[in-house]
Amino acid sequence: MALDKFQIAKRIAKELKDGYYVNLGIGIPTLVANYIPEGMNVVLQSENGLLGMGPFPKEGMQDPDLINAGKQTITTLPGSVFFDSAMSFGMIRSGKVNLTVLGAMEVSEKGDIANWKIPGKMVKGMGGAMDLVASAKNIIVAMMHTNPKGESKLLTQCALPLTGVSCVKKIVSDLAVLDVTEKGFKLLERAPGVTVDEIISKTQGNLIVEGEIPEMIL
Amino acid sequence: MNKIFKNAKEATADIKEGVTIMFGGFGLCGIPENCIASLVEMKVSNLTCISNNAGVDDFGIGLMLHQKQVKKMISSYVGENAEFERQLLSGELEVELIPQGTLATRCMAAGYGLPAIYTPAGVGTEVANGKEIRSFNGKDYLLEMAFDADFALVKAWKGDTLGNLIFKGTARNFNPLMAMAGKITIAEVEELLPAGELDPNEIHTPGIYVNRIFKGENYEKRIENLTLSK
Repeated sequence: MALDKFQIAKRIAKELKDGYYVNLGIGIPTLVANYIPEGMNVVLQSENGLLGMGPFPKEGMQDPDLINAGKQTITTLPGSVFFDSAMSFGMIRSGKVNLTVLGAMEVSEKGDIANWKIPGKMVKGMGGAMDLVASAKNIIVAMMHTNPKGESKLLTQCALPLTGVSCVKKIVSDLAVLDVTEKGFKLLERAPGVTVDEIISKTQGNLIVEGEIPEMIL
Repeated sequence: MNKIFKNAKEATADIKEGVTIMFGGFGLCGIPENCIASLVEMKVSNLTCISNNAGVDDFGIGLMLHQKQVKKMISSYVGENAEFERQLLSGELEVELIPQGTLATRCMAAGYGLPAIYTPAGVGTEVANGKEIRSFNGKDYLLEMAFDADFALVKAWKGDTLGNLIFKGTARNFNPLMAMAGKITIAEVEELLPAGELDPNEIHTPGIYVNRIFKGENYEKRIENLTLSK
């Protein structure tokens, strides 16, 4: 069975390490916050100017002056800090943020990512994504392996306008966990019940399959 | 030295057609509601607006878009605004989309008196088209120019009669950067206090950057995406 978005988030949470500062993008990446292991100290950065993002508020406790980068109402935690947008991207550019998780429309076998524009159809803008992918040391992409038409989103080359070049390190899709290596996508794990053949057939870019591929442990 | 104005109408009265204006805020959080309402009432047009977002259909800069007051929008993210998208796709509105960190840093550069900055954001993408690329320590960077804005309209939580400002929560965002970057900076505040009432240790924006200040009224502070935990 392919993973649902919650299971993708849960699998990505296994990549977290104690002491990490992490930026979670909009969509599936935001869900990763729900699966931070008990007792692990992870500080969430929101690029609109907050370190130490807490859970969504209880009804009646929402504050219009306290939102995340997805414009959702949020809360602070003990030790939280606010700052302006230049400092926010300063800590991103200078490599202080350990991990960035974001969504993608396409990823290439070289680690290029496209996630901000579909020419003639959708122009929402890149937000902070271009800054994040240009500077983050470790970038994990959370995505569906194929588009609604069933076409692969893991490609030899991205067709859509790029967000960043040679930057994605790892992909967690609904079907598989893959590393982006110099030679292409390297298959590490498959979703429970998903065959290697299915992953091969749904990966258009170069896919490296070596030895037995274990099922993900969720 | 008098920086105090009675209201938004007086503080924005000399904003003329065709000028470039910065608007603080992220989404609808920390936007200068009173100043925007005044510009909507003045119907001043042909504006170039620098703002992270473009409001929503019926609030924020979205109100100015509806009256076709905006000639050009410089933003990083413009989703959630159908009228914006319509004007963009029909070619009525000129739009320059730039990375959010680049937007912030181009404001910062202006406020720090620097003509330009180098950033890696956008290297290898269409954002790099026509821009100087320079390599430092083996990594490529784009040359991005400081903004040149006639006015910066910002919203603070507290301010004093000398223009010193304190922001609240994530409503800080672009506000202190833009406050430093405008040729004329107009600050609207929820609370306007006599000089001396704010703790100098806690001031975010020194009043030297603020030309005009007024106490805003009737803040709606609309929440764009109310999300609650159970």
